[in-house]
Amino acid sequence: MADPKQLDVTLETQVESVNLAEEMCLRVAEAAGFDEDDCYRIGMSVREGVINAFHYGNQERPDKKIYLAVELTPDKMVIHVLDEGKGFKLEDVPNPLAEENLLSTSGRGIFLMRSFMDEFDVVSGRTGGAEIIMSKKLPGPGSHSPNGDGGQSAAPHQA
Amino acid sequence: MALLQATYRDAGEITVLDLSGRITLGEGSALLRSTIRELLEEKRFKILVNLGDINYIDSSGIGELVSAFTTVKNRGGELKLLHLTKKVHDLLQITKLYTVFEVHSDEVAALNSFDIAKA
Repeated sequence: MADPKQLDVTLETQVESVNLAEEMCLRVAEAAGFDEDDCYRIGMSVREGVINAFHYGNQERPDKKIYLAVELTPDKMVIHVLDEGKGFKLEDVPNPLAEENLLSTSGRGIFLMRSFMDEFDVVSGRTGGAEIIMSKKLPGPGSHSPNGDGGQSAAPHQA
Repeated sequence: MALLQATYRDAGEITVLDLSGRITLGEGSALLRSTIRELLEEKRFKILVNLGDINYIDSSGIGELVSAFTTVKNRGGELKLLHLTKKVHDLLQITKLYTVFEVHSDEVAALNSFDIAKA
């Protein structure tokens, strides 16, 4: 079994970090053999993860950092996004599909990540902030990504 | 990554806002917000947003579209969407916003759907 390959990057808390993180992860995803649709889903999820860290976690404070780690194991691509905020619990995140939240102008990032990735979780990270951990199964002969249908099967977490 | 570009044109009482590029956190969302504000200041309350050349929207962009929709509606106007690409269509569908926005695939039909009698 091959050793996992890992990329660790420390990002500034600024808007440009969102594009940078997306571009880096897209390159890894393309090199790992993901097709265009899965690359889009991975890129969008990384983008949403870093937006979450930038805005909600670090409160857009430039003195705080965002830690991005991408790991390629023999069977999946795993992405970690860690901020230096106060952390949060998934069960406290409002469901954006609820009637009363449909016209909300924010709060859809977690839902999109859950929809587009195969595995998704939020834990308390080493900084005390939130650490988003998400993964996508690597493409292979006869492989089929569970969330390859645009996320129709992924329901948001209900409080 | 193509930045957002926004231009608008008149179609009778309706303003067609042609967008191209990406509506994402930062400049894209900000440009959409300022353009909608500009249209409302010019008393353009019937707006058809053409998304045919929008190849990417993130959650910030979705939020900005929702904000535009509610802002125009609160001013007594109408904001509708035209020509969704597959990615944008799928995003609006999984976020259930497809049921909120009035979406058209034909510009003439979209223009005819506006309530012209309403000021």
